[in-house]
Amino acid sequence: MDSFILKVEKFIEIFIEYNGYVKVLEGLKNTLIIAVLGLLIGIVIGILIATVRVIPKYKILPRILNGICSVYVGLFRGAPMVVQLLVFYYVMLPLLDIHMTGVQVAILVFGLNSGAYISEIMRGGIQSVDSGQMEAGRAVGLSFGTTMMKIVIPQAVKNILPTMGNEFIALIKETSVVSFVGAADLYVAFNYIGSNSYEFMVPYLVMAIIYILLVLIISLLVKLLERSLGKSDRRN
Amino acid sequence: MIDVINLEKHFGNNKVLNGINVTIEKGDIMVVIGPSGSGKSTFLRCLNCMEDPTGGQIIFNGENIADMKVDINKHRQHMGMVFQHFNLFNNKTVLQNIMLAPVHVQCKNLRKAKRQNVLRKCANCFRKDKKELNEITTTKKQIIDTAKEKALSLLKSIGLEDKADVYPSTLSGGQKQRVAIVRALAMNPDVILFDEPTSALDPEMVGEVLDLMKKLANEGMTMVIVTHEMGFAREVANKVIFIDDGQILESGTPERFFGNPKNPRLKDFLSKVL
Ligand SMILES: Nc1ncnc2c1ncn2[C@@H]1O[C@H](COP(=O)(O)OP(=O)(O)OP(=O)(O)O)[C@@H](O)[C@H]1O
Ligand SMILES: [Mg+2]
Repeated sequence: MDSFILKVEKFIEIFIEYNGYVKVLEGLKNTLIIAVLGLLIGIVIGILIATVRVIPKYKILPRILNGICSVYVGLFRGAPMVVQLLVFYYVMLPLLDIHMTGVQVAILVFGLNSGAYISEIMRGGIQSVDSGQMEAGRAVGLSFGTTMMKIVIPQAVKNILPTMGNEFIALIKETSVVSFVGAADLYVAFNYIGSNSYEFMVPYLVMAIIYILLVLIISLLVKLLERSLGKSDRRN
Repeated sequence: MIDVINLEKHFGNNKVLNGINVTIEKGDIMVVIGPSGSGKSTFLRCLNCMEDPTGGQIIFNGENIADMKVDINKHRQHMGMVFQHFNLFNNKTVLQNIMLAPVHVQCKNLRKAKRQNVLRKCANCFRKDKKELNEITTTKKQIIDTAKEKALSLLKSIGLEDKADVYPSTLSGGQKQRVAIVRALAMNPDVILFDEPTSALDPEMVGEVLDLMKKLANEGMTMVIVTHEMGFAREVANKVIFIDDGQILESGTPERFFGNPKNPRLKDFLSKVL
């Protein structure tokens, strides 16, 4: 027990005096930026792909788009996130001769990757909306796109909100691998503290607690959002 | 108003409609009856191209809307539709349900007119004889205000003005269907299509919906109604058609239709439902 207290003291010393907290804040910031921007990019891509996939396919263009989208989804769901990060950073960027920081690459890859997952979630959400809603919109003379945007997608989003919350949580957790491409996230921060004190027990414990707290807070936010969107279901 | 010429519809190999010919005049109340699965809904849904006909023509206001090239959304704005399961927009309040389409369509037209004016103004700088600009007499706010006023007065006419701001999930079936009818009315349609509007209702709510439909009929609305309510057909319709095997086997005034049916299938059908 004494030795544990010693370790905690050591941790606090490095955390405060050797700028450990700066690294941790920086790591937290990067973790959140990657997850949030990744999610936003993912939502945009996801809605686009999901819409393409539910458009009636009489014409040739929707069919071609649909083909492209299924290849995209297959590709990004087929490989682990770490592999995608590594391929992007060490294969694509040099080949295309583009320079990007680790964080930028991480945001991009997280966005592209979550776009593939979100498109499937979104498609399920759109298909879960009663087809009568689309029919009613078309019957009053609204176009497919307008009915989709004003009637179907808002209901789909409400239906999939819990799943989207889980997707965001999954993204937060997956950010722990971005150090593979040199992005400084929470793991890098606590690893720095650990290496400076030759002591990893407390830093990794604190890291675990921070991740768990993050996830708890997000779950709570999703619940609140769900409740405020749920008003059209309530009888009053 | 609607001329249906040789209308055909098949789903894959399943031939559902096999050459339907019928004319719906302005002010007609046409009731469509027939056994389950005979193609009544398919016929009705072909009238506004919710199902694309696979053959024949549907001439509405002088244009063949079965042609894939026409702007079907334009025509649907003049054809209301009421569904068996109401299909109110769940994410919109009752008032928003009624206002949505009128406001959207008019605002879209307004934007289009404004856009055209900008282009014409530019082009006019290079023209000798200037082209006239679209007259813009309204604003977005006016459109919304008028639509709201109209929606509220429609709601009042069905006694639901106090429900304007609630969501559809809080309404009873009969209330939902009456709101759905009013939603169709808000577009000032030339004709309203009803697909079994009372079939999903509890018996005690059927009356309120039929009463509203009767009121519309008396006001001269053109209506095409698929229904199993024979009493209603007899009382309100001026034309009844019997569809089976994808064809109109008999049609006529309700007196002749119910009083002196000729087709054996119709006789058989009527003996079962009456
Ligand atoms: N979207 C569709 N795809 C394939 N087949 C369909 C489709 N819609 C209808 N059908 C078929 O067309 C036939 C007629 O259906 P329809 O719904 O028009 O009958 P109905 O007369 O309205 O029957 P009901 O009184 O039960 O409503 C049925 O055999 C049905 O299986
Ligand atoms: Mg039917």
